[in-house]
Amino acid sequence: MTDAIRLLGFESGGWGFALLAASLVTLVLSVAGFSLGAAIGGLAAAARVSQSRLLAGIADGYGTIFRGVPDLLTIYLLYFGGSIALTTVGRWIGLNGFIGLPAFATGTFAIGIISGAYQAEVFRGAWLALDRGQVEAAYAYGMPHRLALRRVILPQLMRHAVPGLSNVWQLVLKDSALISVIGLVELMRQAQIGAGSTRQPFIFYTAAAALYFIIASATGVLFRRGERITMRGVRRG
Amino acid sequence: MDVTFFAEIIPRLLTGLPLTLQLASLSVLFGIIIALPLALAQRFRHPLIDWPIRTYVAIFRGTPLLVQIFLIYYGLGQFRFFFQELGVWSVFREPYWCAILALTLNTAAYGSEIIRGGLQSVPQGEVDAAHAFGMSPWTTLRRIVLPITARHALPSYGNEIILMVKGTSLASIVTLMEITGIAHGIISQTYRPIEVFICAGAIYLTLNFAITRMLAAIEHRLGRHLRPPAVSIA
Repeated sequence: MTDAIRLLGFESGGWGFALLAASLVTLVLSVAGFSLGAAIGGLAAAARVSQSRLLAGIADGYGTIFRGVPDLLTIYLLYFGGSIALTTVGRWIGLNGFIGLPAFATGTFAIGIISGAYQAEVFRGAWLALDRGQVEAAYAYGMPHRLALRRVILPQLMRHAVPGLSNVWQLVLKDSALISVIGLVELMRQAQIGAGSTRQPFIFYTAAAALYFIIASATGVLFRRGERITMRGVRRG
Repeated sequence: MDVTFFAEIIPRLLTGLPLTLQLASLSVLFGIIIALPLALAQRFRHPLIDWPIRTYVAIFRGTPLLVQIFLIYYGLGQFRFFFQELGVWSVFREPYWCAILALTLNTAAYGSEIIRGGLQSVPQGEVDAAHAFGMSPWTTLRRIVLPITARHALPSYGNEIILMVKGTSLASIVTLMEITGIAHGIISQTYRPIEVFICAGAIYLTLNFAITRMLAAIEHRLGRHLRPPAVSIA
């Protein structure tokens, strides 16, 4: 126990700061990946409900593939594929040798692609749940399109989407641990480094688990608050 | 894209399929065996039963599967002498059993919540009717509660099974050569990630498709009595 306190503490020889900094990387990586995923998911959802059968088909295929294939495999594809593409481009402009992709950017991109597939489903469900009468009423009041979008459509869309987005966020947070395999020093990787250099894997992985748990719980509270905000104006009971 | 490369790597990737199937089926099976009593136990609403179960579920749902695998494989290795004393070290020494243990504990946590939701959806009237017929609590459970629960919980449990199939890929990080492990190996040798992703991805998608079809067939069977009988028009 004293071992654990010394190793995880903030004195010299303690890994406290390193683990907290790595938790911050995990958080920033997850937020960046989740945001990119929201953009991709929004576009994919729009494509799914669009008139174009080609666009709908592409979006459907995208969702099926990235929700059905292990995330680790997707991460390998993007990491190695990206590096090879970058090396090829490097050769054109006269840079020889292998160019590795920046790990943070690759991680964000990977989480964006994976979570986008899940978020597309959430947004599509929210769109289908939207009460058409509300939209018609907005136009009947003479609201211009953008005002209707901002005042009527988006708030109601978010009402249906937030619970689903909350689930995807929890998934993203846990997926971010997989980015450790491409060398980004986030929480999981930092725990591995600590475990390796002190030969105390149990202490370090328990600490990592505890930190993930804290991040997941704290952000879960935020999402519940968001849910309350979007549910304002809904009669209950 | 050349066909010979595909023809070469597909058989290599398929050699990992049995391991992927074993990891997924064993952990799903063990997971259900643990999840069902955990879900049923919470029906007593006793704080001393609920608290430990809720804590277990929250921990395994709130932390990444990769951390769980590492904690069991590397972390428990520190207590080698303790496990040797107990005579179970041969289990914790093997990455295979560590992966199955981690996957099982993980899916049992999610599964118990799915089954708990299914149990809650059983209408009280059905249970009252069973009691009125003089069924014992055990018979009520077996004949009334569990069949209804199964019908309600199956779609969500299907998603969980798909997640487990995907989860088995993490076993490659603790040296097990299942499909993703082999795929990673081929990518690092050949630097052809796109072709390898297409082949390995196709195997996973086929597997998931087969599981989805199988579950749909089971769901169809469980819902037999709810559909109107087929009418033959003579």
